Amino acid sequence: MTTKKPTSPAKKPTSPAPMDRELVAYAPAAEPAEARRPVVKKITIPHVSRIEGHARITIKLDDAGQVIDTQFHVTQIRGFEKFVEGRPYYEMPSITARICGICPISHLLASSKACDAIMAVRIPDSAAKLRELVHCAQFVQSHALSFFHLSAPDLLLGMDFDPARRNVAGLLEEHPDALRDGIALRKFGQQVIERLAKERIHPSWIVPGGVNAPFDPEAREKTLAEWPAAMAIVKRTLALWKKTLDGFPDEIATFSNFPTMYCGLVGPDGSLRLYDGNLRFIGPDGSIVADQVKPGDYANYIGEATLADSYLKAPYYKPVGYPEGIYRVGPLARLNVADRCGTPDADKELEEYRQRLGRIVQSGFHYHYARLIEATYALERMKELLDDPAILGTKARAHAGVNNLEGTGIIEAPRGTLIHHYKVDDNGAMTWANLIVATGHNNLAIGRGVLQVAKRFVDGNKIQEGALNRVSALVRAYDPCLSCSTHALGTVPLLLQLQGPDGQLLDEVRSE
Amino acid sequence: MTEKVKVRIDGQVIAATPGQTILQAARDNDKYIPALCYMEGLSAVGACRLCMVEVSGVARLLPACTTPVQEGLAVNTSSPQLQSYRKIALELLFAERNHVCAVCVSSGHCELQTLAQEHGVTYVRYPYNFPKLEVDTTHPKFVLDHNRCILCSRCVRTCAEIEGAHVWDVAGRGIQSRLVSELKRPWGEATSCTSCGKCVQACPTGAMAEKGFGVEEMTKKPAVVGRLTSMRGGR
Ligand code: SF4
Ligand code: FES
Ligand SMILES: [Fe+2]
Repeated sequence: MTTKKPTSPAKKPTSPAPMDRELVAYAPAAEPAEARRPVVKKITIPHVSRIEGHARITIKLDDAGQVIDTQFHVTQIRGFEKFVEGRPYYEMPSITARICGICPISHLLASSKACDAIMAVRIPDSAAKLRELVHCAQFVQSHALSFFHLSAPDLLLGMDFDPARRNVAGLLEEHPDALRDGIALRKFGQQVIERLAKERIHPSWIVPGGVNAPFDPEAREKTLAEWPAAMAIVKRTLALWKKTLDGFPDEIATFSNFPTMYCGLVGPDGSLRLYDGNLRFIGPDGSIVADQVKPGDYANYIGEATLADSYLKAPYYKPVGYPEGIYRVGPLARLNVADRCGTPDADKELEEYRQRLGRIVQSGFHYHYARLIEATYALERMKELLDDPAILGTKARAHAGVNNLEGTGIIEAPRGTLIHHYKVDDNGAMTWANLIVATGHNNLAIGRGVLQVAKRFVDGNKIQEGALNRVSALVRAYDPCLSCSTHALGTVPLLLQLQGPDGQLLDEVRSE
Repeated sequence: MTEKVKVRIDGQVIAATPGQTILQAARDNDKYIPALCYMEGLSAVGACRLCMVEVSGVARLLPACTTPVQEGLAVNTSSPQLQSYRKIALELLFAERNHVCAVCVSSGHCELQTLAQEHGVTYVRYPYNFPKLEVDTTHPKFVLDHNRCILCSRCVRTCAEIEGAHVWDVAGRGIQSRLVSELKRPWGEATSCTSCGKCVQACPTGAMAEKGFGVEEMTKKPAVVGRLTSMRGGR
């Protein structure tokens, strides 16, 4: 729905009338009172039903007030897979893009790739390049948002900085340049997306078979002209972060600092890939355990465990089993998995990163560092793509009907590996769908990380500010998209609860 | 030359051709009356009630698309009351089935959506009906999504009156009414369907669409279909 049409929440089958406002049927006041006025009826839907997806962290204390256990629960909206049954497969990109207002482009791309597989087409070269270009722009935008807007108050002002000023206003006083850089970088990414896809939030430009309009040479010129400033910001930020990094020994030591497996897409030569590639899984020590796994074969390697306390499924590496096969995805994982980035500046940064932190970096705190290196890579890839004359090709969409009854599309979303897997009947009506989102893959690791952080920072019967902030900061380091992983609409609040030995609620704090 | 009749539309006297409806006379004279189930070139059925107008001397509202002009008729095409009833009619259309513009092939080119915007329908005051409806994907070229059908019957009339195939009908009563092809055969199995696609072009919403179109990609040409009638002399 565009701007001002009536919102029909019909597409959320689990809740019969999921609206947070009062549903009131009445005749407009302007109308003269008369017999035909509809009956006034008032239905109030309690606010709780509105929280369709939420994340809750419970920290359990023993008698001595020490942390004994934590749980990270995410309630997933069920029924999405059911809802799409019977719909034409080619509608999936736009439907899934609406699952999440934060990562629409990732869903559009993964979904369109799954549709390409159903159509059995190899999309035109220019379309593949344009999709990768918009994807890279999304990376720049998303990583800028995560680093500057969400984490910079903690990272640049410090975890124990006055909470009242540990926000954008505080940043404006202490680090105005960084704040300006963050805004400019995000804007650059958004503008490129807008230019390509015409519409920033839910572009209908990425379609099964390619994209629905070729690249406008003028848009290419504009993007090339803005590119150097964006690159300069990323370089400045990396330099700043490398100086600041050592001030966080406790966070580095405790933010999910434990061995896990890692998963990500790589090219045929083992280099980092974001839009297209095959899956690689590595062990905690960095040894490759599975390589060049084709998207269609993912199910042989990834199992999905159902957790009792959360509707979010927990994917694991099948050959190892659950729960030992826990693996991580996203920036940290991708840089562990790939042999190299494949672009000059990003590779230089990657080398320094590995010199400082080792070949396999396991502290979740370094998602931030990894994100900045990926932003460098995404910008360099953008430049390569923009410089390639083939990107202006006028054939940008392949047309075909149903040629396969099953299709899988995998991309590396900014937050990690995103899998869309569909089955259709002969007429192209969906019969089955499975989506594995980045936060789903990382679910187990985030949960374990919370325990590690809580053990170090939580003490006593009250959630102290520093502790709350560190638990949230850990979750933020993964930049999880709870909106996506719960298939809920909008942003999802994080609820932190402290539980006593008998399960009684000692304290509760909510953060966005 | 046929005798003209004088009618007054919103105070302005216009000369209309006898036999014309109020809606046609208004359109010929650049007077706007919203309409949805009416389509030029087809018979009028008065199903959607959006074209309701006030006629002086008549206590109830009359549909402009089916009411013929008469000498001396005075018509009011807009008033706060008419606006409010049109808004209610639109909201009820939205409440009846599952219209989700955000994922619809016709978003941006939909007559229902445009009318809702024109009438300031920003939300629906009635509880949604949430019917569980099918999508007929059996035709090789086209798809019919009952979730988006408003039962205007433009496709029915187009197929029967212009193509002459009469594949479509409306079956059932009241809220159970459904568009059916050939006595409830799946569209893809309807033997009388010529696959001409005129019904798709006539459909004002995203209910009928060509296969393979993504969200916002389906534009339609009802005027081209309607013109076929006048091109063969109104037969
Ligand atoms: S399918 Fe379209 S044209 Fe036919 S009745 Fe439904 S809304 Fe009207
Ligand atoms: S246009 Fe007259 S009732 Fe629909
Ligand atoms: Fe998301």
